[in-house]
Amino acid sequence: MQILENSKKAYLLLADGTVFEGLSVGAQGTTIGEVVFTTGMTGYQETLTDPSYYGQIVTQTFPLIGNYGVNHFDGESNKCYLKGYIIREWCEVPSNFRMEGTIAEFLKENNVIGIYDIDTRALTRKIREYGVMNGMITDQDVYANKQTLLQEINAFEIKDAIRSVSIEQPVKYECEHPEFEVALLDYGYKRNIRRSLLMRNCNVTAVPCTTTAAQLKEMGVDGVMLSNGPGDPQEDKDIINNLQEILQMGLPVFGICLGHQLTALASGGTTQKLKYGHRGANQPVIDLESGTTYVTSQNHGYEVVAASIKPEIGTVSHINANDRSCEGVEYKNKNIFTVQFHPEACGGPADTGYLFDHFITRMRCIKEGK
Amino acid sequence: MPLREDIKKVLVIGSGPIVIGQAAEFDYAGTQACRALREEGLEVVLINSNPATIMTDKAMADKIYIEPLTLDVVKRVIEIERPDSVLSTLGGQTGLTLSMQLAKEGFLEKMGVKLLGANPETIDKAEDRQIFKDTMESIGQPCIPSKVVTTVEDAMSFAQEIGYPVIVRPAFTLGGSGGGIAQTPQELHEICEGGLRLSPITQVLIEKCISGWKEIEFEVIRDRKNNTITVCSMENVDPVGVHTGDSIVVAPAVTLADKEYQMLRTAAIDIVKALGVEGGCNCQFALRPDSFEYAVIEVNPRVSRSSALASKATGYPIAKVAAKIAIGYTLDEIVNAVTGKTYACFEPTIDYIVVKFPKWPFDKFVYGKRTLGTQMKATGEVMAIGTSFEQAMMKAVRSIELGLDTLNVKKLEEKTDEQIVEMLYKCDDERIFVVFEALKRGVSLDTIFEITKIDRWFTGKLKNLVDLQNYLQEGNLDSHKYNIAKKYGFLDKTIQRLSGCEVTQEMKRYASFKMVDTCAAEFSAETPYFYSTFDQENEAAQFIQHHNSGKKKVLVIGSGPIRIGQGIEFDYCSVHCVWALKEEGYEAIIANNNPETVSTDFDTSDRLYFDPLTPEDVDSILETEKPWGVVVQFGGQTAIKLTKHLMEKGVNILGTSADSIDAAEDRERFDQLLEKCNIPRPAGHTVFTSDEALKAANDLGYPVLLRPSYVLGGQNMIIAYNDADVVEYMNIITSHMIENPVLIDKYMMGKEIEVDAICDGYDYLIPGIMEHIERAGVHSGDSISVYPAQTLSQKMKAALIDYTGRLARELKVVGLVNIQYVIYNDQVYVIEVNPRSSRTVPYISKVTGVPMVDIATKIMLGYKLADMGYGSGLYPEGDYVAVKVPVFSFEKLHDVDTALGPEMKSTGEVLGIAKTFEDALLKGLVSAGYKMKKDGGVLITVKNSDQIEAIPLAEKFEKMGFTLYATPGTALVLNQHMIATNSVRKLGFPPPNIYDLFESGKVDYVISTSAKGRMPARHSVQMRRKAVELAIPTLTSLDTANALANCLMMERTIDDVELVDIVHI
Repeated sequence: MQILENSKKAYLLLADGTVFEGLSVGAQGTTIGEVVFTTGMTGYQETLTDPSYYGQIVTQTFPLIGNYGVNHFDGESNKCYLKGYIIREWCEVPSNFRMEGTIAEFLKENNVIGIYDIDTRALTRKIREYGVMNGMITDQDVYANKQTLLQEINAFEIKDAIRSVSIEQPVKYECEHPEFEVALLDYGYKRNIRRSLLMRNCNVTAVPCTTTAAQLKEMGVDGVMLSNGPGDPQEDKDIINNLQEILQMGLPVFGICLGHQLTALASGGTTQKLKYGHRGANQPVIDLESGTTYVTSQNHGYEVVAASIKPEIGTVSHINANDRSCEGVEYKNKNIFTVQFHPEACGGPADTGYLFDHFITRMRCIKEGK
Repeated sequence: MPLREDIKKVLVIGSGPIVIGQAAEFDYAGTQACRALREEGLEVVLINSNPATIMTDKAMADKIYIEPLTLDVVKRVIEIERPDSVLSTLGGQTGLTLSMQLAKEGFLEKMGVKLLGANPETIDKAEDRQIFKDTMESIGQPCIPSKVVTTVEDAMSFAQEIGYPVIVRPAFTLGGSGGGIAQTPQELHEICEGGLRLSPITQVLIEKCISGWKEIEFEVIRDRKNNTITVCSMENVDPVGVHTGDSIVVAPAVTLADKEYQMLRTAAIDIVKALGVEGGCNCQFALRPDSFEYAVIEVNPRVSRSSALASKATGYPIAKVAAKIAIGYTLDEIVNAVTGKTYACFEPTIDYIVVKFPKWPFDKFVYGKRTLGTQMKATGEVMAIGTSFEQAMMKAVRSIELGLDTLNVKKLEEKTDEQIVEMLYKCDDERIFVVFEALKRGVSLDTIFEITKIDRWFTGKLKNLVDLQNYLQEGNLDSHKYNIAKKYGFLDKTIQRLSGCEVTQEMKRYASFKMVDTCAAEFSAETPYFYSTFDQENEAAQFIQHHNSGKKKVLVIGSGPIRIGQGIEFDYCSVHCVWALKEEGYEAIIANNNPETVSTDFDTSDRLYFDPLTPEDVDSILETEKPWGVVVQFGGQTAIKLTKHLMEKGVNILGTSADSIDAAEDRERFDQLLEKCNIPRPAGHTVFTSDEALKAANDLGYPVLLRPSYVLGGQNMIIAYNDADVVEYMNIITSHMIENPVLIDKYMMGKEIEVDAICDGYDYLIPGIMEHIERAGVHSGDSISVYPAQTLSQKMKAALIDYTGRLARELKVVGLVNIQYVIYNDQVYVIEVNPRSSRTVPYISKVTGVPMVDIATKIMLGYKLADMGYGSGLYPEGDYVAVKVPVFSFEKLHDVDTALGPEMKSTGEVLGIAKTFEDALLKGLVSAGYKMKKDGGVLITVKNSDQIEAIPLAEKFEKMGFTLYATPGTALVLNQHMIATNSVRKLGFPPPNIYDLFESGKVDYVISTSAKGRMPARHSVQMRRKAVELAIPTLTSLDTANALANCLMMERTIDDVELVDIVHI
């Protein structure tokens, strides 16, 4: 049992000066990021490889992490963009038929600095009460020069988030029986968005976040998929302006998460930061049209301000059943719809996967001239 | 749309007596449902034959019928009460089956009664094997290759086709009764025959055996708007092949990656939608350990044992939500009571792990067949919550009351490595301990997996516990080591034992507490539901600080897992105590570990601690709560056992003092007490060894009664007729850890009387005197008990009242006391005194209208009996006679002798209430499942000493026109007395013998007594087992048989007996 052997000490220092003492897992060293928590009980590998966590230190509220190991199928991108990982316990004897290694090995290989054996519930409660805050994971003693470290921690900002995770060159993925050509605007997309489209007979071209309307036109796509991604959606005005032009093309557009937020901003709406975000696999979302509640996977720290979606822009189509925040927008007179949650799941429930079908239907209608 | 406007008056059907497979969880579900309905202003009518339940309490419904759960009786209740709706899905299989019958017969429609919770179509889709298979096929959900058959021949040919082993699953039976795995055609023949007989529709499913696949469950809730959520996933440690009720289960599922998890979750939701369930539903899946292949095993379209577990594991009140859905609400309209902010339409997420551990009755039935399979055998369960699996497992093991605080079992430590590996092949109740022992011996996870198919994840974690033990055994104990051990669930005493070092004052830590809040702390919750762990934050302490009411706090210790001898009645008492405390302006806190009960519902008490009930675990609660007082007298032996420890700590124990409890239990002190009170008891001695026992037995003269001191439910109690019996008994007792001595008494076969009394230290009140139908020798829990006593002379009554008063006063009882007497040759003797609540408290409270627990609680708080308004002495007898009849689960427990004796065997009870004794008895017997068949055949086979007494009994059956059969000895005596009796050869003699007679279907009742029993090899035991398998009612006491005969001779039938609403008597 690993914890009985000489485990290396690690510290979590929060911006408010709180220290959690734990043990080191994964890469060693020091890292600073925005500390957030996610409540999903499965899907840790998906979390670790989700580009939306860029700049963040992620806390898992479920105490037993790494139960089924890691494999090369379940990554949602090809690397880990998060800044650090906080867990209570990692599993030394994972068990699953697809398992290829332990989570500790995975963290090390991907250079993720992690800390375990801390009271993750106490940390979560703190974040819930005070809101997300910056923090540092380090294997160095934090008590000696705490003030200096706190200055460093407080100075940290997530910068250039989207550009840091977006691809530089377009990459085309082909399906077996292509019916549609879709451009997937990469703000940090999760692979299952791509897979969800491929399995619905779309050829998918992942394109950089700066791809212009003119370039898309040249590509001759049937629809545009706006991906999820990290950071403050208001940060990069160029990307918003660029998107504004894309939205004018008259193509069916489907936006997820950051894509949803950027669309709102590009259409005249506003966004704001949530106290501690929605991260987990159990968020209830009401589809206002049907009145049905769906359980969704979520990972976001910002929201579209519902009141900013004026009737001339569009209507709020989905709301969060817990805090009534905006979870989806149907844009007026355009074939554009966006959702805050993750219909592609991975990890989390696949209950809203039908939204991809809606996107396909819209492309089909345009294509068939209906 | 909220509440349906066409619903005003709802009939709730309960689940009846506690039997294996249908236990306290339905009292919890039913109670939640009744409360949910009344919250909406609906009038609730309840029918349930089980008097020990909270749901049959006057506070729970407007009209309560403690009546037989038969179709005809339910119809009569509907005719009397004219409800507009029936709620079908909260009363277990019993409630569901009755509702479906009512609906299918068209009775509900005729009466204008709506069926809430489920419609017959849904139920058929879920429960009829063929329709279920077709439905699954239509939505692309894989099932296991299987076929519904109605004959043994069809079963055999299908098995030939798919290959052995095959599983036999009878349709519409409880807890998988009559099912099993057949490895060979011979076995299939045997199991299938039994299964067909037990199935009310003579139908079984023959299914390809997929033993070894992972068994995963999902609890799903759907509303009429098609909102569907999963509350919780669960994974069985024991793979497919062991009934989930007999499996160690963890929540959430731990070995599934998100891909498999979501695959099964989506499947569960699709299934529930396809079935059209509105309310709670349990879906069980088998998942191949080496691929994504899965199969749907079973779906229960109702609230179940698993949903009770899921409720307690997550804090999500499934039964309550299901009840609200039944009356028209949708999930997005029901507020999540835990957060008070969010809605029921979300999925709980948890930040701890839960382990459920079954409680089996094999510590009691030492000769019972311990093998586990598709037929459930556990009587109850415990749940443990921890921040690691290791911690939760350690908590579970010490909650299960096997005298363990680790997974080490002494008798396994003595086996060789080869023996241990050999034992891994056997799937029984001890398997987890064998696995642990194997890990200690260095057997690899792979080897254990190959043999047991227990996932390496679990064995890996158990291996951690082995490592931790070794770690503690090496070198000196220090704070670092101590803290690690605490984090993984070791008790101080265990740490001391393993390390050989003292836990010093500096090291010592008490547990802190975390909240169960359905949301992993994402939202602030108001639920006062906590579990212990060793961590930084103590949320319970914070909660107490924020919610300081200024009230005095009282901790009520619960009764732990349901087992034979300590059942749901103690939960009834604990819950009533909590209610009374709250009413008196105290803050009531409860500690318990049983997920099936009302006491562990988070809105029963002001704070709930879901934790083991060992001294150290309770210490941590005391440290955080610092209560003004602690109540131990309502939690059965589990709570009473803590008395000494609490007293030594200087805790204020409310009610009867620890010293008095000891005086009643310690033989010598008890003798002194009786001498002082001048009350006789059967002569007896205290012994420790076989030699002492033999000497004592011979001094007293046979027969003698042997039992260990400090027991409940007559555990390991026997009547010995000779030296050999004594030796056999002492060998069994001394093979278990013997800490307490064995008591040996002269056995007097007289009339047994039971008295429950309330005493304030001086004044006493006897709500009622109960008389047993069976003479002493049959455990009081297995006897038919009659209130008020029917055959007592005034003189005897006076003596009983006088003795009870003297004992209660002398023991300075403050609260409840239960005293058992035997009347022998017109002289009253005391058998035992229990200064605590008893099994009979709920039913006596309900029948007499004396709220015994409430009064007792108030007295513990300082009131005098005189203030209570119920007088003193014997409470006036009411107009009704109540007969409590025990119910057994013998068909589920192979090799257990059905003969009644001093050791308790019943799992539950029913009550018959009527104006006359005869009518009440009739109701009781019908409730207990007797079909009251008035013709056919009776087999009589009694021990020599009973033969003369059997003559008038046989005559009664003869007069009714029964054909009499008897074994040669008995037949000879009967024939000599002019009672024409057919002689039949015993088992073990060449056919045709009793076996063939049973098979012929000519026997409708068996009356069997024997001087010896217990050992499964004995022919008398085998004969009784055969009768159980063939569902032939077997009477093993002449007194019971006589009572039955008298009932059969009555002109009246159950249809002639008035139904009684106990709220208005």
